[in-house]
Amino acid sequence: MKTLDQIKQTMRRDRVFDFMVSTGTHPVHRGEIDTSHGPILYVENINVSFDGFKALNDLTLYIDDGELRCIIGPNGAGKTTMMDVLTGKTRPDSGTAYFGQSMDLTRMTEHEIASSGIGRKFQKPTIFPEHTVFENLELAMNMDKGVWASLQFKLTGEQKTRIEEVMQTINLVQQCHTAAGRLSHGQKQWLEIGMLITQEPRLLLVDEPVAGMTHQEIEHTAELLTGLAGKHSVVVVEHDMDFIRSIAKKVTVLHEGHVLAEGDMDTIQNDPRVIEVYLGE
Amino acid sequence: MSFTHELIKLVQQDRVGKYLLSSLLAVSIMVPVLNLLVPESSSLHVSTYVVTLLGKYLCYALLAIALDLVWGYGGILSLGHGVFFALGGYAMGMYLMRQVGDRGVYGNPELPDFMVFLDWQELPWYWLGFDQFWFSALMIILVPGLLAFIFGWLAFRSRVTGVYLSIITQALTFAFMLAFFRNEMGFGGNNGLTDFKDILGFDIQHGGTRNVLFVVSALALAVGYLLCRYIVNSKFGRVVVAIRDAEDRTRFIGYKVESYKLWLFVISAMMAGIAGALYVPQVGIINPGEFSPLNSIELVVWVAVGGRGTLYGAIVGALLVNFAKTFFTGALPEVWLFALGGLFVVVTLFLPQGLVGLYQQTREKYLARRAV
Repeated sequence: MKTLDQIKQTMRRDRVFDFMVSTGTHPVHRGEIDTSHGPILYVENINVSFDGFKALNDLTLYIDDGELRCIIGPNGAGKTTMMDVLTGKTRPDSGTAYFGQSMDLTRMTEHEIASSGIGRKFQKPTIFPEHTVFENLELAMNMDKGVWASLQFKLTGEQKTRIEEVMQTINLVQQCHTAAGRLSHGQKQWLEIGMLITQEPRLLLVDEPVAGMTHQEIEHTAELLTGLAGKHSVVVVEHDMDFIRSIAKKVTVLHEGHVLAEGDMDTIQNDPRVIEVYLGE
Repeated sequence: MSFTHELIKLVQQDRVGKYLLSSLLAVSIMVPVLNLLVPESSSLHVSTYVVTLLGKYLCYALLAIALDLVWGYGGILSLGHGVFFALGGYAMGMYLMRQVGDRGVYGNPELPDFMVFLDWQELPWYWLGFDQFWFSALMIILVPGLLAFIFGWLAFRSRVTGVYLSIITQALTFAFMLAFFRNEMGFGGNNGLTDFKDILGFDIQHGGTRNVLFVVSALALAVGYLLCRYIVNSKFGRVVVAIRDAEDRTRFIGYKVESYKLWLFVISAMMAGIAGALYVPQVGIINPGEFSPLNSIELVVWVAVGGRGTLYGAIVGALLVNFAKTFFTGALPEVWLFALGGLFVVVTLFLPQGLVGLYQQTREKYLARRAV
């Protein structure tokens, strides 16, 4: 009887076989992101463990379209692992991560995720040191990124203007033809943010954007990120509490791979559990 | 029209390339003139031996820029690029063997000598078609390209990088060497293919043919250089360098890194195949020794000495090291391997950018001092 049941299950007419559902190799076009229910990112019950260490423990999180969300948490809370899962670098042991309502991030490769509209800034500024600032922005720019298209690529006037605009936004016009490796640490951080802007993602994942910046640079970065929210959804992971206070409307606290608390800055700061694990330190 | 326009622009933008291409042109006119028109008694006469030797160097230079494309720009250190060179060489060798016809020692019009010797009755299937030049020419490009495609597809998709990739490429060429040493493979075993008679109906030993082969090699090097220059100047080239410097970053801005690496590797392998095919009629033999890992490592030394990631550096390195090799193996044969090893150590320690890098640094210093 058990076998019969199984066959019945398999033959159910309302069911679609797993292999028929879009897999990682399914071409994903931009603009297909379905945010009709509000959230742009659905992270549900994600578990990741490395050699027995639970980096993410039943993590559930929703990011609204156009929202600027800050994620804080002590070291080892799973912030970077969460970014790795969302960008396809790490596969979760279980759980789902949907971009819009239709795109399953846990089945897509890094470049598919990137071209579907998720941009990522690394913790350590990662730019292309041998390329000039202009070329860095050009490489990141939103366009056909296939081999053949790149071989034939010609920069249009429109794209050039766009890159110049972004260089102005990130204060690097003077350094246009400087090799990016020669920039200061803060400038590299900005260049990476600039690359995110030319990439035109719907969702930006920004890992510690103000690490190693001077006070003035931090202020400018705060302006940049708040300016991006609205048109894009932005998730910022940061340690600098002053910085977070200056930009955040809604804050999520991660602890041991799990959401500990969520709410505006005041609620968070007065939450006894948060004080115990994080602010109390 | 737009193609010529592009080409002119490409050359104009390339300061060193202009000198390189014009000296290549000058050499490919001067050498045949000095060989064919200047009488042998004159001190300006260039012997046919030297013409062939120079032709051989040019093939090595083409192989070197093929490696520079993947190593200098793509950051893929292939320690087995000789495998593509040798496969191209074997494809050409098979054509030349079929051209021998019934002039072999055994006089069999169908079978090459070594097959008669092994008592084979008919030509193996993979030798079919090699009596046609067009088919052989196609195979010279396709066989190395296909091997690179299969190998690269497996290796890059599994994200094998760095030293692991280098070791696998080394193993690849070693495996081919062992296979080609076997008589039953049907490629002449450890003797390889030799005793060629003519190419496209021209006597391969004749001085005129030698000069034509030399000029064709120079032309192939020039075309190969321009192709590489086009590739590295395009956005494809910038993406490839980006992959070399920050592979993860490139992936996260939406490039399919594996495809870029794969096509770069395939193009490079095809160029290496052509270099091998031009090499074989000039040296008159191809044997499994060409697959030897040592050859591939020597190739890496040429590029390192000249300076990687510049293209012309690879050419300079290939020419200089091979000239030194010819000189040393003639004058002090026992010293050569020590000299080569020493050279590699010196370059790795003191000249990470190779000779071209040294020249550029000196030039910049000089200009800076003059500006003060």
